[in-house]
This record gives sequence, C-alpha cells and structure tokens, in this order.
Amino acid sequence: MNIDSISNGLVIDHISAGQSMRLYELLGLDALDCSVAIIKNVSSRKMGKKDIIKIDADIPVDIDAIGYVDPDATVNVIRDGLLIEKRTIGLPETLTDVIKCKNPRCITSTEQEIRHVFRLTDRDAKIYRCVYCEAKAK
Amino acid sequence: MRSLINILDLSIEEIDALIATANDIIANPERYREACKYKKLATLFFEPSTRTRLSFEAAMLELGGSVLGFSEANSSSAAKGESVADTAKTVSCYADIIAMRHPKEGAPLIAAQNATIPVINAGDGSHNHPTQTLADLLTIRREKGRLCDLNIGFCGDLKFGRTVHSLIAAMSRYEGIQVTLISPEELKLPSYVKKDILRKKDIPYTQTTSLEHAMPSLDILYMTRVQRERFFNEEDYLRLKDSYILDPAKLRGAKSDLCIMHPLPRVNEISVAIDDDPRACYFKQVLNGKFIRMALILMLLEEAKR
Repeated sequence: MNIDSISNGLVIDHISAGQSMRLYELLGLDALDCSVAIIKNVSSRKMGKKDIIKIDADIPVDIDAIGYVDPDATVNVIRDGLLIEKRTIGLPETLTDVIKCKNPRCITSTEQEIRHVFRLTDRDAKIYRCVYCEAKAK
Repeated sequence: MRSLINILDLSIEEIDALIATANDIIANPERYREACKYKKLATLFFEPSTRTRLSFEAAMLELGGSVLGFSEANSSSAAKGESVADTAKTVSCYADIIAMRHPKEGAPLIAAQNATIPVINAGDGSHNHPTQTLADLLTIRREKGRLCDLNIGFCGDLKFGRTVHSLIAAMSRYEGIQVTLISPEELKLPSYVKKDILRKKDIPYTQTTSLEHAMPSLDILYMTRVQRERFFNEEDYLRLKDSYILDPAKLRGAKSDLCIMHPLPRVNEISVAIDDDPRACYFKQVLNGKFIRMALILMLLEEAKR
C-alpha cells in the first residue's frame, strides 16, 4: 500500500494500533482542508502493529492531546521533504480543552466558556482528574 | 490571592496555626472583637444552608466585621444567568473576602480564579467542604489533645459522605492513624479513596458492618446519616437503617473518653438520649466551626494584605 510522502507537514508515528481515529477526532483533523492520511495496522518491528497519521500542511497540533492518547507516539516535522525534527511526547501533566468533564455535577457542565482542565494524578495508572470536581477522565 | 478550596490546600503547619489561633480566640475573645473592623464578608450561598452560612456570619460579626450576601441562587444574578466568574469579579468590588456555597462541584475554584479577594469554599455539591473538616480537626484536637495516634471510626454513609472523605484525607497526614469503616455493603467507602489515600499512605484500616463490634477500639466515632434515597430498594433501607443508629445500648463497651462526632444535621442516627453523655461532641463541633472560621478569615485577610 503506497501513501505519498509529504513535503511540508507532520507525521504522527508509533501510534498504538487502533488509536489513530481517536487522535484524529481529538486533534480536530476533520476540519482541515489539506490531505490527511490515516494509516492503520502498519507492520512495526518494535510494536508489531502501529497506526500513522500524515498531515500535509504545516499546522500547529495539540501535543498534549497526542500524549494523552498515546505517550509513546512521536511527531516528525517535515520541511521541504526533509525530517527536521522528531519529537517524543510522554504523558502531559495537564490537559486543557483536550477532553471534556462528563460529571453532570461539575461546574463545567453549566458554565459557558470555562476551559476543561485535567491534571495527571496517577502516572502509572494514567489517571487524569478534572481540576474542578476531581472526577476521573473517561 | 490565597483562597481555601480543598482542605489539602493547607499544610499541616498552617492547620496547626489555625487551631492555635482558634484556641486563642476561645480563651481570649475580647482580643479579637475588632480584628476585622471595617472588613466585609460576602456570603454567596447559591443553595440553602443554615449552619454553615450562620457560622460564617457569626464568625465575621464576632471579629467586628460586617456581612453581606444572599442565601439562595434565586435572589442573586445567577437567576439571570450570570456566570460564577462574573459574580466573583463583581463581589470583589464590594467585599474583602467571600464564603461561597454552590451546588456545582468546582464553582468556588472558578470564583477563586476570578476574584481579587480570598474565596473560602463553604461546600460545593458533594465535593469539598474544607471548613467542616477544619471544625472536625479543631474538635478532635481539643477533645483528644492530639491529632495523631488515634483510631477513628466512620459510621453510616461512607460512600457519598464528603465530610468523611475530607476528614480521612486530612487525618491521613498525621502519624499513628488507624481507620475503622463501619457501613452497610451498599454504602462502603469508595475504592478510590482507599487506594488513593489509605493504601497509598499505609494507613491501617478495617471494614465492618457492625457498629457494636467496632466500638471498643475506637477513640473517635464519626457518625453520618444513612439516607433512604441512597438505597435501590426500600427493603434494604428498612433492614439496615436501625443498625447505624447510635443509642445508649450500642455505646456499651465504648471507651470512657470516646469522642462522638457528627457533621449535622442529624435526623435519627444519634438518639437524643446520647446528647447528655459527656462523650457527645457534635454540638461542640458546631461551636468549634465558628471559631475555626474566625481563625481562617483572619489568616486569609492577613495574607491578602501582603
């Protein structure tokens, strides 16, 4: 299967197999006009299978959202067809407007324009809690 | 600007300082009669509360300050759709400190992020109620003379009781604490509280459904109400409700210096026959709540000056 290489843009690599669609939604990639390729279940020596997202435009992406979905993913920045930066991510300490609090008793459920902020409270179990109500992110 | 949203916002040293101030207020009330002269406390109560609001208001009045505010959302701009953030910014123009109760969890934090004066969380839904925990800590300290080396029994609704979760979190920072959890299966302490607090801090705890069995080993018994609406069916409620009503018979076998506490309001979970027992401390808790709120208002206003 051939997907064209990109000249200016981003390649999000080493995404755990099956997570690319979630990332696509969280990053709001559906709103982009440029070419976006989601490649699922690519053979990987390290991971067995992995997903890749290629974005054919030089756009800012929310690194925290990527780290939340898959801290082991990498972001490759491509300029003029060359790899100029390879970023590893890890679990972010806080998430701002990446996910929404689902607790109906939380103030974020009624007040407009409040940023939805989550803090990493348990790195090993990868648990994030809403800073307002402390409900666990789902 | 320093606010109090969660009991864990305060260090052990700060809690000690608040307790020391509260004890000094109790011993020398005349010294504090004008401590907050010309200062105003805004009590923003978006849901009704008797004890907490009156406690805050009495605290400020006893410090020589004055009080303004509202006691239900309908009599505030919230009824017109004003945001908590805007309310906090507006009230900052009128008052020196805010005590806020709100049915939504996290509302006082939003207020604190937007106010230019200190905000005290006076209860946000079933989430936090730090000044109740401070009242509990002052009561334990005054009754037992220490906050360490205690076996604390929590009885009743341990699943939804915010006062229980907060007090467990606060007490978990002291040495030699043991916790005894007494509740029906349906209302056991949530596993995340056990995992995040008790197990994380290696605090020994036991769980039982029998108040009588647990009683002899307790230094403190913290009672809470088992509410009908917490049960899936009426039969279970009727079967269990009397097991967690404290009466003189259940108190047999208790230590002579047991301290019986309750965040109130009480419905029937502590028999009025216990009220005259010297071990009953729940009305002392109410009084201590006023003194510790006085100490907290003083501390936050002092820090706001800096």
